[in-house]
Amino acid sequence: MTYTKSPVIELEAVGKRYGDAHVLRELDLRLPAGVHALLGPNGAGKTTIVNILTTLIRHDSGTVRVLGLDPATEAHAIRPRISVTGQFAAVDEVLTSHENLVMMGRLLGLSARAARARAQELLARFDLEEAGGRPVSTYSGGMKRRLDLAVSLIWPPEVLFLDEPTTGLDTRSRRVLWDQIRELAREGTTVFLTTQYLEEADELAEQIAVLDHGRIVAQGSAAHLKSLVGAEVLRVSNESGDVVRELPTDGSAGALARASAEVAATDPRLRVELHRPTLDDAFLKLTGHAATPERDDEQGAGDDRDATPARELSREFNGTGASR
Amino acid sequence: MAVILPLMLMLIFVYVFGGAISPSGAYLDYVVPGIVLTAAGFGAGSTAVGVSRDMTTGTINRLRTMPVPSATVLVGHTVASLGRNLLATVVVLLAAVVIGYRPSAGVLGWLGVFALLGLYILAITSVFAMLGLVARSPEAATGYGFGLLFLPYASSAFVPVETMPGWLRGFAEHQPITPVIESSRALLMGQSPGSDAVVAVLWCVGIIAVAAALTAYVFPRRVAR
Repeated sequence: MTYTKSPVIELEAVGKRYGDAHVLRELDLRLPAGVHALLGPNGAGKTTIVNILTTLIRHDSGTVRVLGLDPATEAHAIRPRISVTGQFAAVDEVLTSHENLVMMGRLLGLSARAARARAQELLARFDLEEAGGRPVSTYSGGMKRRLDLAVSLIWPPEVLFLDEPTTGLDTRSRRVLWDQIRELAREGTTVFLTTQYLEEADELAEQIAVLDHGRIVAQGSAAHLKSLVGAEVLRVSNESGDVVRELPTDGSAGALARASAEVAATDPRLRVELHRPTLDDAFLKLTGHAATPERDDEQGAGDDRDATPARELSREFNGTGASR
Repeated sequence: MAVILPLMLMLIFVYVFGGAISPSGAYLDYVVPGIVLTAAGFGAGSTAVGVSRDMTTGTINRLRTMPVPSATVLVGHTVASLGRNLLATVVVLLAAVVIGYRPSAGVLGWLGVFALLGLYILAITSVFAMLGLVARSPEAATGYGFGLLFLPYASSAFVPVETMPGWLRGFAEHQPITPVIESSRALLMGQSPGSDAVVAVLWCVGIIAVAAALTAYVFPRRVAR
């Protein structure tokens, strides 16, 4: 496990547009080794960033470096050192998971014997041994995602890109994937994952970058992002449960006593509750809209570009939802 | 499926239509090469679907992020189609022998037949692969290829072109499938295919060249989105 000073991923003033739609504007991001989450709502540009970093598309302007290399011109040097698991499981449905792994292993230049051994190892690691002999078309979504991640690890990468690895998955599959991602991080792999789930970013990432409308609006640890919202507040609600006031406190007993005395003086029937800021609050404050998508359409989550008009809608929708 | 369909087709043509087309019973000799070519069309059709599926799901992107040439997808589908269709061809020929087909080709004749069929399979596969590349979805790819599957019926595959109305006859005589069929038939019967073979090879090579050029143009644009 080596920690180099130079960033593993570097984006400087990166712009990308499709026609009139500016997907990324003047985007700056500098990430060292470790586990990083890119957090943002649908259409924020997450997939576009992953595609640029993984040599799939070219950026229009700015500088991009992955492992010190330019994905636009040195893709051949980057590809052997990275792996990507996209939003759609890139596995062959007709083949079994064992056959999928062997095929990809052979494509990567492993001998037949080494590819078989590696396949067996990965099936065990991803809890797919029992299903290993069945065609992938009979698998659940979670199993396909696990296989997809297993394929990404045939040749252990220096940087692993995960584009919304658990979108649309059940809790159990999500936990299995999280465990595997943590395991990889322990082994020293740099993980760059995008997610629209705050919980996922909170659970996995050391560093979180918040992306909104093609710009990084905040960056730091989960604790740091939460602290941007401020300290604990005393939330005051009336009998019907509506929040009527929020009093900032520093969390000390004295401050709480003073604040609740002040509340009691106005109306002793009011209810108080100590509220710690969550990543949700941070996101809301940073972007002006909620992070968790109101309408979680699993298929539509696929293409950031197509989501542009819908994004505006959902922004409005979330905006009204949040203002109460 | 790649094998069952041509077998069914052969049995239908020989036993259902055969009596009406050629009451003497010699129809089997006539129709076998036509069945093989029609079957190759069906077999190659799945290439369009496969290519399209790989292009529209994550497969192509995965390959593009790996140290592997992304055109591997196309090569893989083409080789698979060649293997699958040659196998289907062998099965059809064996089944034809079982129901009474007695080709009189020598070793060279057989080599010639398989070389020509292989070339034809490559030609039609390259067209389907290109269609798969252009299609926006696997369903659309199937649709584009549908027209191609009718070409054998408007050729000398099942009935001599002389029996067709003039306008259709003109088309049937000059479309690529007729010379391939005529050459295969002659070779299987132990005769010389003559100029038909030259025309057949030229057609196939020409189709492969055009399809390959279009593919080379479309592929990088399609994957770069």
